[in-house]
Amino acid sequence: MSAGKIYHIADYLLLAQLKSIVTAELLKEIKNESNPFTLNGGACLAMAGKDCVAIACDLRLGQQALTLSNNFPKVFNYGDVWLGLTGLATDVQTMHSLFRYKVNLYRLREEREIEPETMANLVSSTLYERRFGPYFVSPVVAGINQRTGKPFICGFDSIGCIDFAKDFIVSGTASDQLFGVAEGLWEPDLEPEELFETVSQTLLNSLDRDALAGWGAHVYIITKDKVTKRLLKSRQD
Amino acid sequence: MGGFDFSNHTRNAALMSAGMPAPKATSTGTTIVGCLYDGGVVIAADTRATSGPIVADKNCEKLHYISPQIWCAGAGTAADTEFTTAIVSSNLELHALSTGRKPRVVTCMTMLKQHLFKYQGHIGAYLVVAGCDPTGSHLYTVHAHGSTDRLPYVTMGSGSLAAMSVFETEWKKGLDREGAVNLCSQAILAGIFNDLGSGSNCDVCVITPEKATLMRNYITPNVRVPKELNYRFERGTTAVLQEKIIQKDELRRYITVTEVDAKGEATLTTDVMQVDA
Amino acid sequence: MASSYMLPGAQQAPSFHSHPSTASQPRQHHWSPYTENGGVILGIAGKDYVILAGDTRSSEGYSINTRTARKIFDVGSGLVLGVVGMSADGEELARRVARKIDDYKRSHDKHITVNAAAVMLSRILYAKRFFPYYVQPLLGGLDENGVGAIYTYDYVGSFERESSRAFGAAASLITPFLDNQINLKNQFEPGSNGEVPRKPGDMPRETVEKIVKDAFTSAVERHIEVGDGLQLVTVMRAPPRAEGAEPEEEEDEREKTAGGGVISEVMSELKKD
Repeated sequence: MSAGKIYHIADYLLLAQLKSIVTAELLKEIKNESNPFTLNGGACLAMAGKDCVAIACDLRLGQQALTLSNNFPKVFNYGDVWLGLTGLATDVQTMHSLFRYKVNLYRLREEREIEPETMANLVSSTLYERRFGPYFVSPVVAGINQRTGKPFICGFDSIGCIDFAKDFIVSGTASDQLFGVAEGLWEPDLEPEELFETVSQTLLNSLDRDALAGWGAHVYIITKDKVTKRLLKSRQD
Repeated sequence: MGGFDFSNHTRNAALMSAGMPAPKATSTGTTIVGCLYDGGVVIAADTRATSGPIVADKNCEKLHYISPQIWCAGAGTAADTEFTTAIVSSNLELHALSTGRKPRVVTCMTMLKQHLFKYQGHIGAYLVVAGCDPTGSHLYTVHAHGSTDRLPYVTMGSGSLAAMSVFETEWKKGLDREGAVNLCSQAILAGIFNDLGSGSNCDVCVITPEKATLMRNYITPNVRVPKELNYRFERGTTAVLQEKIIQKDELRRYITVTEVDAKGEATLTTDVMQVDA
Repeated sequence: MASSYMLPGAQQAPSFHSHPSTASQPRQHHWSPYTENGGVILGIAGKDYVILAGDTRSSEGYSINTRTARKIFDVGSGLVLGVVGMSADGEELARRVARKIDDYKRSHDKHITVNAAAVMLSRILYAKRFFPYYVQPLLGGLDENGVGAIYTYDYVGSFERESSRAFGAAASLITPFLDNQINLKNQFEPGSNGEVPRKPGDMPRETVEKIVKDAFTSAVERHIEVGDGLQLVTVMRAPPRAEGAEPEEEEDEREKTAGGGVISEVMSELKKD
């Protein structure tokens, strides 16, 4: 097997030193019976409607049960696609900058915006590249294909297996709750305004039953030529 | 081949030894089967992907394309089956191009087993490989550690025992196409109904020396009954604090804006539109 | 191979990492008496009724033990007990509660009230504080005023009266759905600009039953341990006797029941995959 990347030996030593410092800090957290996917908390949800898609997230950032911030959005925009990232907050931010970089390069090289389907494969291969040292994130992609006008949503596990769904995608610490409510409330061909209510109700009620997520929510309703972003009123506990 | 990036591995191994649970990957439970018949080969799979006890995907595709006349059913870690078959498919295409011959099933099986053996079982792909080539119809299983089998009928995954019970009672020599398709789909149904890791629909792929036919959702025995009530909300049910509407053309301007002031110093402005700023 | 006492999660598939133990090595024996059999139950208390519902699948690991396991039991005196967790402990608990309720009736010549039965169940659970029943119980019935009551417990007897609750494998999926549809959480009056919350009024029993069915079909879609059948048990007030009609034997029995509860059961199908 050929190495994917070649480091200069000095870089490698520096990297290893840095890593041991970072790891030591993380170990303190982990020793306390924690899991990187639930350390910081957070939830994300995407739903498909009639010629529209929605993607939403909560705003909490925590350290176990302690809330550190109530303004930590987990949905990011890259041109015509939206990416939701839940999981370990440091990896959420790292992935966000990595994809900003990758999508910018794509735009320069192709002289066009990335389509959601392409983004899905980009996310998938980026995650699988780290099969044996994954980023602790569960991404969600949503968008409308600007060429065909088709709504597109999909989700991933932390090593890049794509879940193509025609109804909804959930991720984060409230994923069980989101699965239950979304399965009950979702129906096909919702108009943008109806989709907003369904997405928001699904998210809010799921968040209220998860101690690690909540503290506000952002909801994006995306149609072919317009995006509506709303900040929801929600419980602050 | 390969190209994995191990730079997070040291960190994660340390975390793992400190008692961190392994990340949940989708799908370990599955039923996949294959059966040779006079004139071709059939493979079939269920369509459930799980993450622990939760169904992550109700209608996923477990039958993977390798080459026009070689297909592969995958069980185990979903991402591993997806990427292992994709990389072998790619290499087999290059191989076919360079040799100017149709790819052979045994070549595919060998590439798979050598790839998997190299990773000592860490790539959790359990595969049923089937296809037709100039040497005939073939059916193999490949395990994650690299061992292989060549048999007239095979099953794999958590539903393999349920499926094998059907093969062991019903299989006979000299099946025709219809008989093989029925037998395989019945074996998958046994897995769907008796193994909790398998569920939803039955996908079938028939491969003959002439062509391969993928029958996606060949049987759909688990359609959800209509709901008793309608759960559409009246508009205005959800409380909204702030709202911002952006036209798509305008949106382009909101992405990755880095403003550089007169002194040439970059001040990174936000890359998302803010409603609460 | 693993003994049948092992929990599903504790089972380890033989792999190339595990070497067969030799006779010289000490062998550690252990006893693990608990298992988890999946399934989900829920209870909803109304103005004059109680609904308890459960699926009828009992499973272990990836295998189904039975597709027809009832989880809601008629424990006598117009009371119903729902149990989920380890089915052997659940059935034993239901038998003990039923026996105790029968004892009470015979020694006091009256039916036990739901709140008295609730305390009794708490004592039964706490008596096994250091070897608990591996069960999450839900006790339902009509109280002295004929109002629906659901009592919910933890494994060792801590309990409270609630209006709705889901227990078991898919409880986390069902609970927020009930919050939203039964208690109208996070819903506001349209046009009130998010200022006036929608008030949960007296929902007709028929509507609640429909919501319960939808909650179960949703849970079946997304949880592998839920399915096969739905057992829907309702406790309602006895219909008032017609003027001048002679009380029948059975009706007489009904009169003695605390809130006059009549138990009815409806079985229906759920997906079997």
